[in-house]
Amino acid sequence: MSSTIKDHIRESRAFNERAAIILGLVVTATLILFIRLFYLQIISYEHFITLAENNRVAIIPTPPTRGLIYDRNGVLLAQNTPSFSLDIIPERVTDLKLTISELTKIISISAEDLTRFNKELKQKKPFMSISLRYNLNEDEVATFAIHRYRFPGVEVEAQLIRHYPFGGLASHTVGYVSRLDEEDLKVLDAPNYRATRFIGKAGIEKFYEGVLHGTTGYNHAETNAAGRSLQILKRDLPTPGQNLYLTVDSRLQQIAETAMGGFRGGVIAIDPRNGDVLVMASMPTFDPNLFAAGIDSKTYHDLQASPDIPLYNRALQGRYPPGSTLKPFIGLAGLENNSAKVEGATFCPGWYTLKGDSHRYRDWKKEGHGYMTLDSAITQSCDIYFYDLALDLGIDKMHDILSRFGFGARTDIDMVSETSGLIPSRDWKRRARHQPWFPGETLITGIGQGYTLVTPIQLATAVSTMAMKGQRMQPRLVYAFQDSASSSISLLEPVKKEPIKLSNPAYWDQIIAAMTNVVHGPHGTAQGISRNLPFKIAGKTGTAQVFGIKQNEKYNANQISERLRDHALFISFAPADDPRIAIAVVVENGEHGASTAAPVARKLIEAYLINNTPPVPQNGVKP
Amino acid sequence: MTMLRHRDPPRWGDRRRPALLVRGLHLDAPLMIGIGLLCLISLVVVYSASGQDGGLIAQQLLRLLMAFMLMALIAQIPPHHLEFWAPWFYGLSLGLLFAVMLFGDEGKGAQRWLDIGGFRFQPSEMMKLALPMMVAWYFADHQLPPNKRGIAITLLLIAVPAALIARQPDLGTAMLIVAGGLSVLLLAGLRIRHIMFFVMTGAALAPLVWFNLHDYQKSRILNFLDPERDPLGTGYHIIQSKIAIGSGGLYGKGWMNGSQAQLDFLPEQSTDFIFAVLSEEFGLIGVLLLLAIYLFVISRGLYIATQAQDTFARLLAGGLILSFFVYMCINIGMVTGLLPVVGVPLPLISYGGTSMVTLMSAFGVLMSIQTHRRLVST
Repeated sequence: MSSTIKDHIRESRAFNERAAIILGLVVTATLILFIRLFYLQIISYEHFITLAENNRVAIIPTPPTRGLIYDRNGVLLAQNTPSFSLDIIPERVTDLKLTISELTKIISISAEDLTRFNKELKQKKPFMSISLRYNLNEDEVATFAIHRYRFPGVEVEAQLIRHYPFGGLASHTVGYVSRLDEEDLKVLDAPNYRATRFIGKAGIEKFYEGVLHGTTGYNHAETNAAGRSLQILKRDLPTPGQNLYLTVDSRLQQIAETAMGGFRGGVIAIDPRNGDVLVMASMPTFDPNLFAAGIDSKTYHDLQASPDIPLYNRALQGRYPPGSTLKPFIGLAGLENNSAKVEGATFCPGWYTLKGDSHRYRDWKKEGHGYMTLDSAITQSCDIYFYDLALDLGIDKMHDILSRFGFGARTDIDMVSETSGLIPSRDWKRRARHQPWFPGETLITGIGQGYTLVTPIQLATAVSTMAMKGQRMQPRLVYAFQDSASSSISLLEPVKKEPIKLSNPAYWDQIIAAMTNVVHGPHGTAQGISRNLPFKIAGKTGTAQVFGIKQNEKYNANQISERLRDHALFISFAPADDPRIAIAVVVENGEHGASTAAPVARKLIEAYLINNTPPVPQNGVKP
Repeated sequence: MTMLRHRDPPRWGDRRRPALLVRGLHLDAPLMIGIGLLCLISLVVVYSASGQDGGLIAQQLLRLLMAFMLMALIAQIPPHHLEFWAPWFYGLSLGLLFAVMLFGDEGKGAQRWLDIGGFRFQPSEMMKLALPMMVAWYFADHQLPPNKRGIAITLLLIAVPAALIARQPDLGTAMLIVAGGLSVLLLAGLRIRHIMFFVMTGAALAPLVWFNLHDYQKSRILNFLDPERDPLGTGYHIIQSKIAIGSGGLYGKGWMNGSQAQLDFLPEQSTDFIFAVLSEEFGLIGVLLLLAIYLFVISRGLYIATQAQDTFARLLAGGLILSFFVYMCINIGMVTGLLPVVGVPLPLISYGGTSMVTLMSAFGVLMSIQTHRRLVST
């Protein structure tokens, strides 16, 4: 025990010695730190105080110039124009309240401007400029110039803002830019957006934001103690964004939008050979300049609340029952699956019943079409024939062929907010509705009613595929990028998709012949558009019910409100034997495909194939 | 020795000394004063560095309060209880470090946090306390000064958690952990030849370590050696920090008047670079005051260690206070450009809860050692 104690005492003494050494180390180290601080704070004081007070380098980001957007012929659709803003540097203003109230007397400043200004005032450093008003007009700039001497610390600054020279033309396709907000910065590469004020919020402007934006540059500025820049020491220039060439033909686009004649709806025209989207129209349009100029909340709210939903891109987002436009595809399914029904003729009495069910599925022609072959059933759009064919095929085979044409799935066009539509199947119904599939649903699927919903872009790509006899092209809106600095153009190759191969290629010709008869045959539903053409158009009309009519009711257009009238559809391509344009037109509440939708397609075909004198490109670029 | 450690003798300290309130609460008055002053300085400087953010100060005050409560709670635990639980605590911390590696949350690109029932914490902070306890526990029962075997085991005890933390990757904390373990080893009594051996091995291993560092860690070391290398990137921090400190001069620019700090030229100015704000605004005078308080706290800690009554308590107290000193040295060395930027807060001054809680717990242990005295008899 005594040795333990001795150990303990010895150990304690040894520890105290070590502690003393450690204390020595601590003091030495602290002394070293002190010497270092003495060196920095006393000996080098002059050096560092100069750096701090007079010679600081501030790094100021400079925004890149946004890429321009041209149509396929080089017509400018989105450009950058100078705009003037009234900027205040708070620390240079002696009495901010007084200054603002005096400014209000010469330049109109809204309550909304003030709210935004005060918000930024809290967030920014006092030496950073804050815009009090955007988009001063020339008069306002001139007025301020006269009074400028009274307002030290207030400046009129010029900056580039986005301008869309054609206003609402192709507004959904081009899209718009809008002021960058905090939510945007969360998902962006924030350092590259340090100086950027606007960001693409819709359409091409949004989808190609990364290409259009460019890379932010930096000015290395010498600043004084208050952070004000004195001179630029070094410039890392921003890299401007790339220019885009759209596949859209603005002249055709204009014709399509005019031809819609005030109806709501969507028009898509595609060059079936390469997938170039020549027209993408959604009616009504809106003025994208409202957004680029800084939209006020009331105008924005009005746009959002309008029953016409103008901000909605019907061409990609609109989900419509395809109606009879689906019949050529169902007919093709009949041929491909060797259905007995397509061989002979089916009698159409004007109605159809399923075995063991008294429900009468009606034809649009009350008295019936009589004996119908596949060709005449497409030409005259007989419903009874397709009820019969659909029942024979069954939902699975119809779902298969429609899916292969791309219905029910996004086309993956280079554009935002496309919807997929819906092609019903047994699986889908079990999952979504927890119900089995009923035979009656097979019938109405055969004439494009029921659950089936398609988008105009799907209709257009599907009819392109029909025109190309199975060759599927990825639809696209941009065919070239242009480097802003070198003006060199890089063309994008058209993208082919998995083609549809039929057991007998002659089936394509059979359907195309029937579709040609729709326009040119004596009983064709769209023969109204066939006059005076040096070539033939293949097409198919469609009428889609917006709401169901009861069994014993009669559809009376005059009695039901405008918004519940049928949608009119028309799909087509031309020339029928050498397709160069494929078109899908959906006219909301347009009632009959032949009367409202088909004429739109005719005007486009005429303008594109007959009167096609493209405008002189503004910058010598040819597609 | 063994008997002594397991006995539960009567306390006599309370009877012999004046019955101060702090003593009755097992708190140490000189340490309390030192820590209190440091925390006060912290609040003053953080308020300025954060751009006069009152909300931040309220948050920090709340954390301080909680940390103080934790300290007082730990001070109630007699040292021999700590000794009994040391290996368990070490095991638990190690287990949690493994858990972080497997399921930890990521923050700022590093995996450091563990989320248990919505409560997030960093097991590496626990390890800062657990490792010195474990090493002290080990030496309490073994021959001193340690032989080769003892050193090897200690190094293993240090290396495993340090490697896990370095892997997160959190090189700064890993360094602090190593410092904590080595502090105890040093106090246990290292021979000169052993120290020489460490230095040689370290020099030999350096290239190996270099190639296993992350790019950002390499760039920190390179920027430390040559800040001009990347004046707009990581080197910018050191340059701006030196400008801030140097321009503070003897008297400083005054509270909330540091242009470097107030104009956001300083990085991480409420946390890792808080010392630069203090130096800029209070000058060398302010810095001297801070160093004096630090020295006072450290001396008091060392005194407590020398007065401790058994090997475990002595080594633990000494190790903890020595690590505290190392933290301070690394941070000030980093901010003044003497050491690489490793992301280590200035103890008790930097804004932030986690390190504050750990440090206060360590002071709780020191107070427990100082206030739970036992009669040593045979």
